[in-house]
Amino acid sequence: MGHLDLSTASGMTLALLPEVMLSAWAFALTLYAGVRHRDAVDQRRAGLIALAGLVATLIVVIWMWAADVRSVGLPFMMALDAFRWATSVVFLLGAILTVLLSFSYVDRERLWAPEYYVLLLLATVGMMFMGSGLDLIVIFLGLELMSVAVYVLAGINRRSPFAAEAALKYFLLGAFASGFFLYGIALIYGATGTTNLTLIDYQLRSLGLGTNLMLLIGAAMLLVGFGFKIAAVPFHMWAPDVYDGAPTPVTAFMAAAVKAAGFAALVRVLLHALSGALPAWQNIVWWLAVLTILVGNLIAIAQRQMKRMLAYSSIAHAGYLLAAVASGNALGAGAFLFYALAYTLMTIGAFAVVAMAGHNGERDLLIDDLTGLARRRPWLAIGTAIFMLSLLGFPGTAGFMGKWFILQSILQAREHALAVVLVAGSVLSAGYYLPVVMVMFMKPPVSETAHEQVAARGAGRLVVAVTAICVLLFGVWPNPALDLARSGGHDLASSPQAPVSSTSGAER
Amino acid sequence: MTQFVFWTLSGVAILGALLCITGRNPVMSALSLVLTLFALAGIYVLFDAHFIAVMQIIVYAGAIMVLFLFVIMLLNVGRPDAGSDVKGKVGKFWAGFLGAALIAEMAAMWRLLPGESFRLPAGTLAGLTAQRGAVGLIAEPLFRAYLVPFEITSVLLLAAVVGAVVLAKRKL
Repeated sequence: MGHLDLSTASGMTLALLPEVMLSAWAFALTLYAGVRHRDAVDQRRAGLIALAGLVATLIVVIWMWAADVRSVGLPFMMALDAFRWATSVVFLLGAILTVLLSFSYVDRERLWAPEYYVLLLLATVGMMFMGSGLDLIVIFLGLELMSVAVYVLAGINRRSPFAAEAALKYFLLGAFASGFFLYGIALIYGATGTTNLTLIDYQLRSLGLGTNLMLLIGAAMLLVGFGFKIAAVPFHMWAPDVYDGAPTPVTAFMAAAVKAAGFAALVRVLLHALSGALPAWQNIVWWLAVLTILVGNLIAIAQRQMKRMLAYSSIAHAGYLLAAVASGNALGAGAFLFYALAYTLMTIGAFAVVAMAGHNGERDLLIDDLTGLARRRPWLAIGTAIFMLSLLGFPGTAGFMGKWFILQSILQAREHALAVVLVAGSVLSAGYYLPVVMVMFMKPPVSETAHEQVAARGAGRLVVAVTAICVLLFGVWPNPALDLARSGGHDLASSPQAPVSSTSGAER
Repeated sequence: MTQFVFWTLSGVAILGALLCITGRNPVMSALSLVLTLFALAGIYVLFDAHFIAVMQIIVYAGAIMVLFLFVIMLLNVGRPDAGSDVKGKVGKFWAGFLGAALIAEMAAMWRLLPGESFRLPAGTLAGLTAQRGAVGLIAEPLFRAYLVPFEITSVLLLAAVVGAVVLAKRKL
C-alpha cells in the first residue's frame, strides 16, 4: 500500500484499519455477549474471541509498520508514523497479557460478565487512537473511550465495596481531569485557530506564539489533564486507592497500558505540536518528574501490602517516563517507547504474580505473605524476582536498559540534576523491591500449609513465563527493540519540520 | 451593544454556575445550571452559531436537565425540612436580580433587532447560512473533515452503554 491519501475515503479507511478492525471485533463480541452469557464456558469463549481479535490487530499493525505505510498530502486526523505503530504494539501487548491473566481470575472471583472483554477491547481501541491521533479532538475522544471503559472495568466486581469505591473515585476524578483537558484544547484552539497538531506547530512557530498567554494556559491545562491520567505527583491521589480496589488484571491493565497511552498522547502533543514552546513546558515537566520520582518512591517504601506497593511503584515509574519527556528530544521519545514496552512487560508480570498469590481481590496480600515462596513454588519465585529486579533497574534486565536510555536522553539535553534525581530514586526503590526478593528466598515458609492456595496454572503461568523471558531478553539484547523505538521517536520529533514532504520512505 | 450583551450573558452564566455549586437544594442547583446553559446559548448566538444555540437549549437545558431533575426528585436527595434556597432578603434579592437579568436580556434583544427584522445579522457567515441553511453549515464539516472523530464518538457511546448495562445489571 505504501502511500495513503488521507483526504480520500479509501485512504482514510486503510489508515484506520487496525482501529476499525478492533472496533468491529468488539461489536461482534458485544453481540456474542448478549446472546451467550450464562456460564463459565461462555465467559471463556468470549475471552478467546477477544484474544483472537487482539492478536489479529497486532498482526495488522506489525504488517503496516513493516510495509512502512505513510501519508501523502496534508497531515490529517491520523498519524502514519513509527511512533503510532510502536505505541499500538505496546497497548495491544498489554491488552493480550491482560486477557490471558483474566481467564483464571474471572473464574476464581466469579465475575460472570463477558462484557468485561468487550470493554477491554474498546479501551484498547481508545488507547490506539490516543497514540495515533494527529488532532486534539481525536486524542481527546480516544482518551474518553479508554477512560469510560476502564471506569467500568475498575468496578466490574460488584460484590466488592472497594471496587465500587475505586470505580467511583476514578470516574469522578477522571471526569474532572477531562474537563481540564477539554478546556486546554479550547484555549489552544483559541490561540492557534486549529486542533490539528501539525498545524498548531506551524502556527506556533510562524506567529511566534511561544510566549502567548492563552496558548501557555491551554498547554498547562492539557498537562493537568494528562497528569491525572498518568498519575503524576501532585495529581496522583486517586491512584493507590483505585489500583488497590480494582480487580488485579484490571489494575495491571491500568498501571501498564492506560498509563502508557496517557504518555503516548502527552509525548505526541508536547513534542509534535508544542515543541515551539519547549522552554515553557520543559520546566513544568521537569518539576513534575522530580516530584513524581521522589514522592512515589518514598511512599512506596512505607507500604506493606503488595498491591499498594506496586501502585506507588507505578507512580515512581511515571516519574522516570516524565524524565524522558522532559528531555524534549527525539532520543527521549525513543527512550520513552522502549521503557513503555519494558514497563508494560514487568508490571503486568508483577501483577500476574499478585493475582496468583492472592485471593478475594488481593487487597490483603502483604509482602510478608510471600515469605518462603521459593521453597514451595521456585519458578514463580524466580519470575517474581526477575520482575522486582527489573522494576528496580538491575543490570541484565529490561528495566535497566530502559533507565539507561532515559538517562542518555536526559544527559543529551544537559539536565544533570534530573539524572541525579532519577538515579537517587532508583536507589530508594531498592528499599521496597529487594525485601520482596529477600522474604521469598532467604526465609523459610511460616507454616507447612503456606502457599498451598497459590495457583500458578494455565494462562496465568504463561503470562509470568513470557513476560519474565522477555524482560531478560530485552535486558541482554535490547538492540532490535531499541532501533524500532528510536525510529518511532525520530519520526515524531522530525515530522513537524517537514509536514508535507513525509514521503521519504518511498525507497523502502 | 454586542459587548454589553456579551458581558451580561457571561456574568449571568458565571453567576448561574456559582449558584449551582453553592446551593444547598439540589433542585435549585439544577435550575441554576439551566440558567447557565441558557446564557451560554445566548453567547453562541452572538457567535452567529444559531444552530448550536438552539441545540444547546433543546438538548442540554431541555432534555438533559429534565432527566437531572427527574433523578433528583426520584431519589429525593434534598432534605424536606431544608426548604427553598430563596429565603431571607439576600435570596429574594438574587431571585429578583436573576429575573431582572432575564428581562434585560429580552429587552436587549428587542432593541437589537427591532420590529420585523428578526433575521440574521449581516456578515459572511449569515450570507452562507442563507445559502446553505444553518444545519448544512454544521453538517458539512461534521460529516467530512470531522468524520473520524464523529465515528469515534459513536464507539464511545457504545462503550458507555455497555458499561452502564454491566454496572446496572441485576445479577452478576
